[in-house]
Amino acid sequence: MKQALVELHNIGKAFRGNDVLTGVDLKVLPGQIITLIGPNGAGKTTLVKIVLGLLKPDCGQLQVDPQLRIGYMPQKLQLDPTLPITLKRFLALAESNHALCLSALREVGIERLIDQPLQSLSGGELQRALLARSILRKPNLLVLDEPVQGVDVAGQESLYRLISQLRDRLNCAVLMVSHDLHLVMSATDEVICLNQHICCHGHPDQVSSNPAFIELFGSKTAPYTHHHNHRHNLHGDVIDSKNLPDQHSGECRHD
Amino acid sequence: MIEVLLYALLAGLGVAIVTGPLGAFIVWRRMAYFGDTLAHSSLLGVALALFFSINPTIAVVLICLILAVILVALQQQQTLASDTLLGILSHTSLAIGLVAMALMPSVRVDLLSLLFGDLLTVTIRDVATIYIVGAIAVALMIFLWKPLLAITIHEELARVEGVPVTAVRTALMLIIALEIAIAMKVVGVLLITALLVIPAATARRFSHTPEQMAIFASVAGCLAVLMGLCASWFIDTPAGPSIVLSAGILFVAALLKRE
Repeated sequence: MKQALVELHNIGKAFRGNDVLTGVDLKVLPGQIITLIGPNGAGKTTLVKIVLGLLKPDCGQLQVDPQLRIGYMPQKLQLDPTLPITLKRFLALAESNHALCLSALREVGIERLIDQPLQSLSGGELQRALLARSILRKPNLLVLDEPVQGVDVAGQESLYRLISQLRDRLNCAVLMVSHDLHLVMSATDEVICLNQHICCHGHPDQVSSNPAFIELFGSKTAPYTHHHNHRHNLHGDVIDSKNLPDQHSGECRHD
Repeated sequence: MIEVLLYALLAGLGVAIVTGPLGAFIVWRRMAYFGDTLAHSSLLGVALALFFSINPTIAVVLICLILAVILVALQQQQTLASDTLLGILSHTSLAIGLVAMALMPSVRVDLLSLLFGDLLTVTIRDVATIYIVGAIAVALMIFLWKPLLAITIHEELARVEGVPVTAVRTALMLIIALEIAIAMKVVGVLLITALLVIPAATARRFSHTPEQMAIFASVAGCLAVLMGLCASWFIDTPAGPSIVLSAGILFVAALLKRE
């Protein structure tokens, strides 16, 4: 068994008395791609911030491999238009070696934009710029918070492809947040469905053909809908568990 | 007589050089109202300095820092919007300063010179203070330039990359507080933010890198000081407002440049 890069146990976090996360366990193994999905307000970003060390959990344990190097790609970059900065300079803030910056840009396919002002980049280009910056630190864990936000559908697919290629080339683990399950299916090892607690998790390849999976996550053509094997009350607490046959969590790699 | 003009010029230039890069950060980080609030509170600092007979520069820096800490603490409560909070603190502290001065009949204060600056009465001591404090402010900014830029672009990204965000942000507030304390003499508490924001906004249209914008903002500020002092000298206008007006004119002129 490989040593986990990050291991969370029974994590809980509340903001002003409202539980955002309760009893969350998460283990990120080297080289593994884990996708967090869930509705708005499910605590995905909160969980990511706990992994990043940006937020302290109220309870639970967080164990981090001493070798851990995180490359972080934030949800979006809100840059003031008055700040004159080129893509080259943006990367130089993380790595002063120009050759390394150039090769990171080549990895994500936007080296032609190196002298462009950051504000002139399109949504997809900006996400790639953020991705380039996150890999500059030679991470063994990439943390991507909604990496395809503001990118058109064709661009989303190629961005997910790029992320899984990067994982192979850099040999790093990936923890990412996504709204859209269908697109990340092919590029993920484990899906964790979060709605303040972990509703279910499993290996997408092994569950994708299963009717129970389609019932759980909605059909391919419909927009992503969130189904449960239990119900939540208005506070998000579980009020009823019907015990669906849990093929997906049977495949869980958490032990 | 000529040394009055010389000291005024030296003091104005000394302040404008520092407000250039500092103003750039205030514009990039959208802290103009924050700067205003600190500036207004500096009047309270002056009142306290008079009351306790201490050095006004030190008192102003202290009050600005205390207010900055209060602001950060209140912002984390998030019960009121940030600009509402700034509006409350800004004008309450200005009012406290004005009331406190009125309650001290033993000291005669020239309120107008505090509010709008009194550049033509600066002494060689004032000039020395401006350059010493200015040198500290510039040195700090150069030393912290890269982390300052990093937190301006994305605070959480910077934190993950190992930048001590809280320390850097606190240092920026300290520099702003220092600069306000010394700029007060030149343009007064009501107009300090103008000297921070307007030259930086003017410089934006000519800059392709953050450093260019910081330096061009200093140049624009120095030009405004020269123009304002000329106006003050030859047509007898108040120096502080003339400098701010010149900065405004330069900004409008820069708008005419095609991008």
